Amino acid sequence: MAGLNPPLADLAADLTGRPAAARRPGGLRAAQRRRLNLFRYVAFTIFGLFFLLPLLAMVRFSLEGAKPGSWSVAAWTQIASYPGPPPLLSSIEITLELAVITSVVMLVLVVPTMIWIRLRARWFSKVMEFICLLPLTIPAIVLVVGLAPIYNRIERVNVSALMLFFAYVILALPYTYRALAAGLNAVDATTLSEAARSLGARWGTVMLRIIVPNMWQAILNALLLTVALVLGEFTVAYLLTYVTLQVNLFEISRNAENAGVLFSASAATLLFAFILLLILSYAGRRLRRGRP
Amino acid sequence: MEGLSRHYGSVVALDNLDLTVQPGELIALLGPSGCGKTTTLRLLAGLEDADTGHINVAGRDITRLPASKRDMGMVFQAYSLFPHMTVQENVAFGLRLRKISSAQRDRRALEMLELVELGSQAGRYPSQISGGQQQRVALARALAIEPQVLLLDEPLSALDAKVRAQLRDQIRRIQLEVGITTLFVTHDQEEALAIADRVGVMRAGRLEQLAPPTEVYSRPATSFVAEFVGLSNRLAGTVTGSAVTVRGHDLPLVDPLTPAGPVTAIVRPEAVTLASDNSGESGPMTGTVIASTFLGATSRVTVDLGDTTIMAQLPTSEATKLPAGSRVTLTIRPDPVLVSADSAVASEE
Amino acid sequence: MTTATATQAGAQPVRAGRRPPLAWIGTLPFLAYTGIFLLLPTGIVIWNAFKGTSGGWTLSNITALNTAPVRSAFKGSLELCVISSVIGAILGAILAYAVASGNPDGMIRRLYLAGSGVLAQFGGVTLAFAFLATIGPAGLLLHASWYSSFPWGIGLIYCYFQIPLMVLVFLPAIDGLKIQWREAAENLGGSTWHYWRYVGGPLLMPAFTGAALLLFANALSAFATIEAWENQINYVVPQSISGSLISEVGLANVHQGDALALGLIVVVVIVMTGYFLLQRRAARWQG
Repeated sequence: MAGLNPPLADLAADLTGRPAAARRPGGLRAAQRRRLNLFRYVAFTIFGLFFLLPLLAMVRFSLEGAKPGSWSVAAWTQIASYPGPPPLLSSIEITLELAVITSVVMLVLVVPTMIWIRLRARWFSKVMEFICLLPLTIPAIVLVVGLAPIYNRIERVNVSALMLFFAYVILALPYTYRALAAGLNAVDATTLSEAARSLGARWGTVMLRIIVPNMWQAILNALLLTVALVLGEFTVAYLLTYVTLQVNLFEISRNAENAGVLFSASAATLLFAFILLLILSYAGRRLRRGRP
Repeated sequence: MEGLSRHYGSVVALDNLDLTVQPGELIALLGPSGCGKTTTLRLLAGLEDADTGHINVAGRDITRLPASKRDMGMVFQAYSLFPHMTVQENVAFGLRLRKISSAQRDRRALEMLELVELGSQAGRYPSQISGGQQQRVALARALAIEPQVLLLDEPLSALDAKVRAQLRDQIRRIQLEVGITTLFVTHDQEEALAIADRVGVMRAGRLEQLAPPTEVYSRPATSFVAEFVGLSNRLAGTVTGSAVTVRGHDLPLVDPLTPAGPVTAIVRPEAVTLASDNSGESGPMTGTVIASTFLGATSRVTVDLGDTTIMAQLPTSEATKLPAGSRVTLTIRPDPVLVSADSAVASEE
Repeated sequence: MTTATATQAGAQPVRAGRRPPLAWIGTLPFLAYTGIFLLLPTGIVIWNAFKGTSGGWTLSNITALNTAPVRSAFKGSLELCVISSVIGAILGAILAYAVASGNPDGMIRRLYLAGSGVLAQFGGVTLAFAFLATIGPAGLLLHASWYSSFPWGIGLIYCYFQIPLMVLVFLPAIDGLKIQWREAAENLGGSTWHYWRYVGGPLLMPAFTGAALLLFANALSAFATIEAWENQINYVVPQSISGSLISEVGLANVHQGDALALGLIVVVVIVMTGYFLLQRRAARWQG
């Protein structure tokens, strides 16, 4: 091979160490690392501020009294008493109930289907994935146009805003599917179900008592996502002329732009979601530890 | 290039290590995980900083030089090829950085690929070739820039056993052909013994022995080396004069200056021979066969001597004549053995 | 016994069906539900877009879209989406890099990931209120007159959920950059600049562009925030659609809202297809 010159050298192999030279204050790579960390902390600070400030401003606004600079919790107490129509409290109630119903329906619909597919109809999983991701491509604003005639029919039976759950389950599908799929993947459903069935369990038992308990974390996750979605959903409710929390807040803001209750209710919603998140992660840890 | 001498101290990874490599030589750094061999390599490459000490290449102190300016080619354990470039583009990458003209680049890249016998795969992507082929491409890429030193960080560890053996020999062949100074890190002692000019056995950041493979194997400098490289039997013995007496055999010592007294001797299985014993008497060198492990051409036979077990390595044809339960007599060939001062005797494994 | 598809890897559909008929049943509830509430509405929208007022088939709904207000809505959507997705993508990528280059198990990473998960969903009317409180006319931070300007004021607000979404989507791609590539590039003589120019950049491009497309589709579909921000003017397409649903006047044709919705679907589908294709390409290199 031309082009490579054999080098010269001397020989020495020394097994015993020589006295260590004085410690050098870090080399090039340490310097590089320091520069990187500087960038990181600056980035985190700037972005942190960007994300925190509006939240803080919202809270601050909600605590503002009649005169600028004074404090008052009026905005917060108003949440319970703000008149409508309809009264804020009732739309909060409706929204919470809606969250519960949507979650339940979603779980009952999706979880058994996913387990069934995993165990008995693998080929369908691609179809299910596609359907569940469709709502990402068909935005709510478009969906509601097509839902309007369907809801016309529903309203002949029941005019309550709770009927929104039909649509909300669909809206939640992409997020909950992903969370549940991740959870189901972590469970070796096939092996577990075969073991259970060989011991005599029926399909229902297998699903409920074998697989679902191993998916708790993912289920809680999906629940949180659904609740967050329902709490924050506006488009479909508004355009189908139902009144939920968000719609109510919107109407209030049209009439009284700086109404304190807007900010206190928003802050409360966010706080609520955050607390749910904490409970979820706490429960998740405990469940993990609890399992032998 | 003047070879390199390096000495520094870094409490965690490397403890005041000195190592000098001859030009054109292939040194294998061998040792268990965490012994510091990879750290040594990465320090040389400039991918990590040394706390103390210097690195010299060809007489030049490169300790403060950034990795991109050191003239070394490195082959990583895995994932080293750029997935979005073809094999040829990968090999030519270093040349591209050096602003070599496109025509010359292509020519050299193809040259290198021919060297590793992958010229036909030049247009493929890394995801389309096998693990062994990927490592050959990585080798070609490292050599393409004509470095002063070639560094290989456990390049065969992620490959199948069969591929490993083939590639190992190929690497050695290419290294000799090109004549490049090479540092090869591995935890597989067979690899190290097979291809190196000298083997450096490392433990806990220190170099325990640096010597040609045969010496490391038959004249280990420390008991760690003896046990890490090849299998060994640990037998109680007594040193008198310049030999050690082990179970009735007098064996010469690796280090004739060992002080007298009780020691543990390290005896290689292939130094132990077995013969069928029908005499019915027991002695220090009679025992019962416990098990026999078939290794292909040879077999390893474990014998229970009553107070300890010993391993012998025999051609399989002989081993099959000594099934489990048979009584045997052992003889130990008088190869020089290493002894360690502690007289605790534990059976091997 | 029906120990059916437990052993099937799902790679190929079962053909000469002995068992499949039974397995179908399990998917029925799901199919029925999504059929009625997802596929049917979509079908209705597409169907109605081509229906005339008297019940026949027509393209007039679509051609009638070529009016000034509709054109301005599409233009507005385009402006807002481009701004919020480009800025969101770049800033989000920077933040993602900051998170990714740190301790993989560290507090900061977990914090920012959890935060991104929450904030990417935090939109809607409450977001508008939050920004109103910050930089609105009575804002606490400053009274920015450009708060109510289109598209920059609302664009900034959109970034609030675009950036976290970008972090969520793009972070895996950055994680997928193997450290060996960086070291190999250095070893072969490349500086940091060289690495990004020849290796890191090209490798991240598909994921980056894909994520930017996702952001674009996300902004395109957003309605609540901008409606709460300013609902008197139809700046963007979703607002025009809502206008056609709520008010009786405004659009000459009853089914024009459907045509608008169809237009929106088409654009979003195109963008999302691009996203999925780029994702697949990016995933190939991370194997």
